Amino acid sequence: MQDLGIKVLFMGNNFWRLLMGMWITIRISLISAALSVVFGILLGMVMTVKHPLIQVLTRIYLEFIRIMPQLVLLFLVFFGLTSTFGINLSGETSAIIVFTLWGTAEMGDLVRGALISIPKHQYESGRALGLEPIQIYRYIIIPQTLRRLIPLAINLVTRMIKTTSLVVLIGVVEVVKVGQQIIEANRYTVPDATFWIYAVIFFLYFIVCWVISAGASALEHRWKN
Amino acid sequence: MEPLIRVEQLCKEFQTKDGTFAALNNISFSIDKGDIFGVIGLSGAGKSTLVRCMNLLERPSSGRVWIHDRDIAQLSPKELRRTRQKTGMIFQHFNLLMQRNVLDNVCFPLEIAGVKKKEARKRALELLRTVGLEEKASAYPAQLSGGQKQRVAIARVLAGDPEILLCDEATSALDPQTTKSILALLKDINAQYGITIVVITHEMGVVKEICNHVAVLDHGKLAELDTVAEVFGNPKSKAAKILLHGELEE
Repeated sequence: MQDLGIKVLFMGNNFWRLLMGMWITIRISLISAALSVVFGILLGMVMTVKHPLIQVLTRIYLEFIRIMPQLVLLFLVFFGLTSTFGINLSGETSAIIVFTLWGTAEMGDLVRGALISIPKHQYESGRALGLEPIQIYRYIIIPQTLRRLIPLAINLVTRMIKTTSLVVLIGVVEVVKVGQQIIEANRYTVPDATFWIYAVIFFLYFIVCWVISAGASALEHRWKN
Repeated sequence: MEPLIRVEQLCKEFQTKDGTFAALNNISFSIDKGDIFGVIGLSGAGKSTLVRCMNLLERPSSGRVWIHDRDIAQLSPKELRRTRQKTGMIFQHFNLLMQRNVLDNVCFPLEIAGVKKKEARKRALELLRTVGLEEKASAYPAQLSGGQKQRVAIARVLAGDPEILLCDEATSALDPQTTKSILALLKDINAQYGITIVVITHEMGVVKEICNHVAVLDHGKLAELDTVAEVFGNPKSKAAKILLHGELEE
């Protein structure tokens, strides 16, 4: 046991620090994901409007965000805003802005797809039953849209969680950075800490993403019949 | 008999990129209370548009539709919704709520109308008995065959206690045997509840099976209107002859 690098985990409060790092990761992802869902649903609804100007604008936004690597967006917001406009944002705030911009674009496109995949006769039969427009959305359109949306949205959230590892590069100390610090600090005493720390980080990511996917597939399974 | 539905000089035009297309051209007729009325025509003849004008899923370009001597285009949104609840409609694609089981689907219009849950369930079960599906009450639509889904849709429509039932190609997605049984059910409903039924179809067999009167539409115009016996025995319009003989004549 003495020679195993895993002991580095139990030195000082290392494990606790890693968990705190993971918490930063989760916090950034969850806030961004929540904002993305709200704005994405609005954007998706706007995208179904058949107005040429709206279509062009939303299209440009979507393509811009998709083409730009997330890292470039992070640099743009974190360094660009400061040097150009003198706006000084913390790394975490910049990260949340970037991930929300990205998530909103992706989510908006998913919502748009789900909405236009609902056939016209679904709206018609609602009207034929004498429902008010709001009841048509509440009982007919939204439940069907949600079902189509949840697997795709979950996929987006897990991708977001994994992509947050980039925020190290704008100085946010999240789980990967904490891991590196621990490795560096114990370079001489525990040379094989690298393996153990990254293994732990792997499991932390795995557990978080797995819980989310498992929840999603449970929902899908329940809705199947 | 008093006419329940009167269609008066109804026109409906659509704007396409090649100009204006007249889907319905000056159609007038009336439907008696308790009748089973067929509207038949080849695809594109305007049958679906016509039936959609009867509950204002489509707004007519000109002309009027009267139900109970009220011009439905003049109704307030609230009155229109009430009229729609009394004018049931069933579709080719059934349009059940997939996330609710059969019983809850039938309960749905009752819930919306504010009927108490217990009462709604009791009434829904009765209706499921009427359509012969009571043992499927807790099944989900995905587990049913096409004919069974259409029976659920009929039960759901009946829950609204309608006076009129509009059937838009209601049997077109079903095999001949199932079609027969659904038509028999519609006939029963007409006899039992006195509901006026309007049947839109492209199959002469359907008209022959249940209708009393039939209107033949041809390119948006009313080509012929008479009793089913007369149209079948002595068709006058070209469209009726084509539909009867199932082939295009030169």
